[in-house]
Amino acid sequence: MTLQHWFTRSTPQRGAPGLHALTVSQEQWRQVAQDFAAAAGRLLALWASADERGRPAIRAGLLAERRGLLLSAPIAHPETPYPGIGDLFPAAVRMQRAIADLTGLRSTDADARPWLRHAAWPQDYRPLIDPPLSAPDPEAIADDYPFVRVEGDGVHEIAVGPVHAGIIEPGHFRFSVVGEKVLRLEERLAYVHKGIEQRFTQLPILDAHRLAARVSGDSAVAFSWAYCQALEGMTDAEIPPRAAWLRALYLELERVANHLGDLGALGNDAGFAFGLVQFSRLKEELLRASHESLGERYLMDAIAPGGTRRDLARAGIASLRSCLRQVADEVLRLRVIYDEHEGVRDRFSGAGAVNPELATRLGLTGLAGRASGQAFDLRCDFPCEPYAQLSVKKTVRTDGDVAARVAVRFDELQESCRLIQHILETLPEGPHRTQVHVPADGSIGVGLIEGWRGPVWVALEAGPAGSIRRCHPHDPSWQNWPVLEHAIIGNIVPDFPLINKSFNLSYSGHDL
Amino acid sequence: MLKTLRQIASVGIVSEPPPQSDEDLRIRDSLQAHIRSVLGRALCIRHIDAGSCNGCELEIHALNNPLYNLEGLGIRFVASPRHADLLLVTGPVSKHMEMALKRTYEATPDPKLVVALGDCGCTGGIFGESYASCGPVANVIPVDVAVPGCPPNPRRILAGILTAISSMGAAPPSPRGLP
Repeated sequence: MTLQHWFTRSTPQRGAPGLHALTVSQEQWRQVAQDFAAAAGRLLALWASADERGRPAIRAGLLAERRGLLLSAPIAHPETPYPGIGDLFPAAVRMQRAIADLTGLRSTDADARPWLRHAAWPQDYRPLIDPPLSAPDPEAIADDYPFVRVEGDGVHEIAVGPVHAGIIEPGHFRFSVVGEKVLRLEERLAYVHKGIEQRFTQLPILDAHRLAARVSGDSAVAFSWAYCQALEGMTDAEIPPRAAWLRALYLELERVANHLGDLGALGNDAGFAFGLVQFSRLKEELLRASHESLGERYLMDAIAPGGTRRDLARAGIASLRSCLRQVADEVLRLRVIYDEHEGVRDRFSGAGAVNPELATRLGLTGLAGRASGQAFDLRCDFPCEPYAQLSVKKTVRTDGDVAARVAVRFDELQESCRLIQHILETLPEGPHRTQVHVPADGSIGVGLIEGWRGPVWVALEAGPAGSIRRCHPHDPSWQNWPVLEHAIIGNIVPDFPLINKSFNLSYSGHDL
Repeated sequence: MLKTLRQIASVGIVSEPPPQSDEDLRIRDSLQAHIRSVLGRALCIRHIDAGSCNGCELEIHALNNPLYNLEGLGIRFVASPRHADLLLVTGPVSKHMEMALKRTYEATPDPKLVVALGDCGCTGGIFGESYASCGPVANVIPVDVAVPGCPPNPRRILAGILTAISSMGAAPPSPRGLP
């Protein structure tokens, strides 16, 4: 069958523009996934919920040929495994394992190890189905996770984490090495799993954008925008043009701040401390300008249902414009210094390479995907307002190494500076917020926003009287973490911090 | 190289004076007077993300930028709890990090200080307590100073660290001219 067959049967989906919804049987679930995979489509998210009659259902966000689908399949017999799609979309494997940990629903795929659950809660407790607990199980002890062992002459293991040597989030990496060379890396995550999805169901739907903003603190704008987009879609709330433009301003500021931080840290990891000093200074200037004009250094609470929490005054526009001009100028200068520095070039080039063919097969997405030939950016390919009017210039590189991911950051930084100047010049007048009403019980909305790391997906389902039945926030790190395991193969252990940083994936956004 | 040197010269020194310590942030007052003699002026910090959203980490990173110039104050982040005088802990403590946090605390030599960072570190924040979250840091290890904020800005974090040090009887270090 073809994609057209499925789209003909689908209905429009509320929330992000251009999405459709389709409910199929368990048997058709794999068929649809196969057709999307054959059309070089992307798996955006995969999670479990319940249909309108309370029966468990698996859901997926799929995208191909510039069309998106929220696919649902009710599960009639929860004890019988549903058809897995890990062979079609490798990133689905961990998502299916997470579904099993949170709901008890299992797939037919072979890897049945727990993923989010480290024995912190009993195996028969299903956090997204059973009633919430007010505290963790005091009896819980650490479990013995079966890592895949590499054997052979001279092979040994290096175990790193969860507490790392730097100021970063916790996770565990198990390297199998010969000498300095990495034969295999296996990640174990979920150390910062704090029950976000269950927590959503305890918050009022008009207030939970604050939790969405804290799924991954470095992507607060992307997640809170995606959440509000879903909510507004469910209630047919039309946000004022000024609100949409302000949101784009915030999203681009978030992108610039993160890229500045990463470019400095990448220089530092290559032994060029000068880079860290210069870029971290520019980032601080930007955060101070944000604070002065928008009231927050990090825009944790800038977006609210119906628009933005605050308006932007004239003086704020002027101060942001002058700050961004300075950032853009200095970044151009620093880029030349990075490009000409032989030591930096030597460390960046060829390290952690993911070629475009592998990237396509594994579903590498977002910024890292664009460094490996994946020409996909929601701002260009699936634009919501105001991006349709902004004509964002997409950056694509094909080398797929650290140097390419650095180059994508430099390009996107310049483009975001341009977008911000343009937004500030042409910001529409008018109100910055409209009222949003409580959505009807059972309605579903989807938000889809290109955060600095990649596509952020939020699926929101309303319960009775302004409650949340289910909310699934999905960070692109789910897709990219497994690719990091491939990127490091054949590299040396001391290059891992540099390669890891060049992806800079989220732990919190993934662990939930 | 010339461009690098020119950039360094044209930016100059941008470091700013540190904030005062803030007695309002203190929640425990039982620190040993002899810490000062043990520590001298330098303070080594081990950061632990025990479940944070990564927001607090961004602001901790900012402390190392040249405007706050933490190392110029004689304070630095170290890679091992064995080298640390102070633990800077973020997040509601996730159940999965509870043991790692306790072990890191135990691995830190006495006398030690603990600063809990952010609304989540102070109270559990928006995540609260659940099947997967132990809530505030003080539910898991003893906390000396708690700095609220979501995330707290670098000056508040620095004020919290300086509050913890000043409880040892040492005056907050001066911004420059340290050995």
